[in-house]
Amino acid sequence: MNFDRINEKLSILADAAKYDVSCSSSGSKRQNKNKGLGNSDGMGICHSYTEDGRCVSLLKILLTNHCIFDCAYCVTRKSNDIKRAAFKVQEVVDLTINFYRRNYIEGLFLSSGIFKNADYTMERLIAVAKKLREEENFNGYIHLKSIPGASDELMREAGLYADRLSVNIEIPTEKGLKLLAPEKDRKDFIKPMEKVKNEIVQYKSEKKLLKKVPIYAPAGQSTQMIVGASGETDAEIMYTSAYFYKSFNLKRVYYSGYIPISYDDRLPSIGTSVPVLRENRLYQTDWLLRFYGFDVRELLNKEHPNLESDIDPKLSWALRNLNQFPIDVNKADLRMLLRVPGLGAKSAHKIINARKFRKLNWENLKLIGVALNRAKYFITCESRVFETKDRTAAQLKSLILSNSNSKFRKDIGPQLNLFDAPNLKTA
Amino acid sequence: MKTILIYDGSFEGLLSTVFYIYEYQIDQFSVVKTEEYVANFFDKKEEIISNSNKANRVWKALSTKISANAKRKLYKAFLSELPGIENKICHFIQLAFASKYKIEKDFSNPTILEISKVVKMVDREKHRMDAFVRFRQTKDNIYFATIEPDFNVLPLNSDHFRERYADQKWIIYDVKRKYGLFYNLNTVTTITLEIDEAINNKQNELTFFSDTEVEFQQLWGNYFEHTNIKSRKNTSLHIKHVPKRYWKYLTEKKN
Repeated sequence: MNFDRINEKLSILADAAKYDVSCSSSGSKRQNKNKGLGNSDGMGICHSYTEDGRCVSLLKILLTNHCIFDCAYCVTRKSNDIKRAAFKVQEVVDLTINFYRRNYIEGLFLSSGIFKNADYTMERLIAVAKKLREEENFNGYIHLKSIPGASDELMREAGLYADRLSVNIEIPTEKGLKLLAPEKDRKDFIKPMEKVKNEIVQYKSEKKLLKKVPIYAPAGQSTQMIVGASGETDAEIMYTSAYFYKSFNLKRVYYSGYIPISYDDRLPSIGTSVPVLRENRLYQTDWLLRFYGFDVRELLNKEHPNLESDIDPKLSWALRNLNQFPIDVNKADLRMLLRVPGLGAKSAHKIINARKFRKLNWENLKLIGVALNRAKYFITCESRVFETKDRTAAQLKSLILSNSNSKFRKDIGPQLNLFDAPNLKTA
Repeated sequence: MKTILIYDGSFEGLLSTVFYIYEYQIDQFSVVKTEEYVANFFDKKEEIISNSNKANRVWKALSTKISANAKRKLYKAFLSELPGIENKICHFIQLAFASKYKIEKDFSNPTILEISKVVKMVDREKHRMDAFVRFRQTKDNIYFATIEPDFNVLPLNSDHFRERYADQKWIIYDVKRKYGLFYNLNTVTTITLEIDEAINNKQNELTFFSDTEVEFQQLWGNYFEHTNIKSRKNTSLHIKHVPKRYWKYLTEKKN
């Protein structure tokens, strides 16, 4: 191995790959077999974190940053004047194996610029995965990018070696895509996604009947959308997201705040700050859809096309639906407990377990880990003291904000203190 | 009057202590390790001798009262080595034996909640070690790593590494507790080593480690730097996820 040359390529191709936010290495069922190398049977592991606080779980690189497309939002677009490089298949294999053996990574996340055409690129990605699985007996995690427009046969083959496949739709709306990537068509993104979905469905049904079916993309599919590059609303993003979750059984949708990389006047200019707060609110909404039983229409709709930035989306929903509260934590069902602001999935389950033994009071709830500064306005429990005042949504919001410390305070701006802090004693 | 029960620091010793508490119907007690015992005028002291037979009886009897998972949690809590954890474990076991129901999920009971919180800390540390172990390939082709975990979690990591690195010899050594695990391609054994301080000096790397070891460390360091997005810099989040006390064993953070 020529280490200097590899080092140079690694710099260029890691730089180009880092805007893909997926770092998941969990959800696969690939066990170590025949005393080979690696195991991706358990939960994902973040081996390190970069200085921006993002997890490093996979060796995330492009095979090449040569690209025939000229998408305005992308660093590797054809018209951008940057250094270009390409890895050989064997080089990627060697890097992955040697990093893995040292416990630096959980596996490989391989993406690529599109050179020649979609199928040619997809073939090269598959070649890397195939070599890792068949020649190196590697059972670590492999995430391959599905190249938009790749043929069904290649997508079928990719899933035999990869744990996860993903194709990034990047721009949430079709009109945004037309503006920023006129050469691309939404249909090209959907085609490989559809194929992989069908293969997974087929795999699952065959698995029930036959003993030996080769596993197919056990960690499923994901996608990514860029936030804040094409003037879309939060509702447009989340409705697209909900559609993709539903239609393609996606495991994850990632939201990536647009990082200005171009002087193109169709995009936010260089120096504009990354919309991290908005990104955070979108992720919170995503979690509410997947784990808290919310429907996207409850959170975002014609009257509320954007999420509130100063409070989280669950609190925001609760304040619009005060008629459903307060609820009694000793009686309410899981569905309703999950809807209480300040009460997470873990606390909700702890409450359900603990209340079989005795009726819970404020002290119990506090120890269990409920964020009472928010929750107390929405619940009652085994205690004579609770919030009895009838407050409007605006009053509640201001009360809660004045008693909490958001890490995003600096992005939100100072809050006016309109009302006194509540006088709540625990019983 | 309280009875101070002194045990040898092993899990077997702790279970033998539980047996003793029931055998002699000790009401007020405090359990301490031999090396932590400080004599005082007021309390009675008893030294407990580890007895695998008695320990086994306690451990087996627990199965009739709590789940296997809850038993494992008691062991994990023990590995935390936190001051006073022995008392909490004994109280937990007393609660379990005294109750008609499975008490392990009664999170409104302070002892049970406390144990579940300690277990969470131990699990987190175990998971950190799965992540933060950095192997270096030695000249005789053993992948070698040193660690210094907050809790004694190495026994919990054994399966993970054995299943993952089935085709390479490896050693993970806990520098603080002076023992390690060695996998010889067949089984994992516990070992103790005299570790030369020099192995952690950069200039000695080539004496102990393979020719390409330093090259791969550089590639990794370089990758780590280039996968960072500067315009999203968030130092407090970075340090929250990778606390500074671990940096000296992390290849990418050492320099």
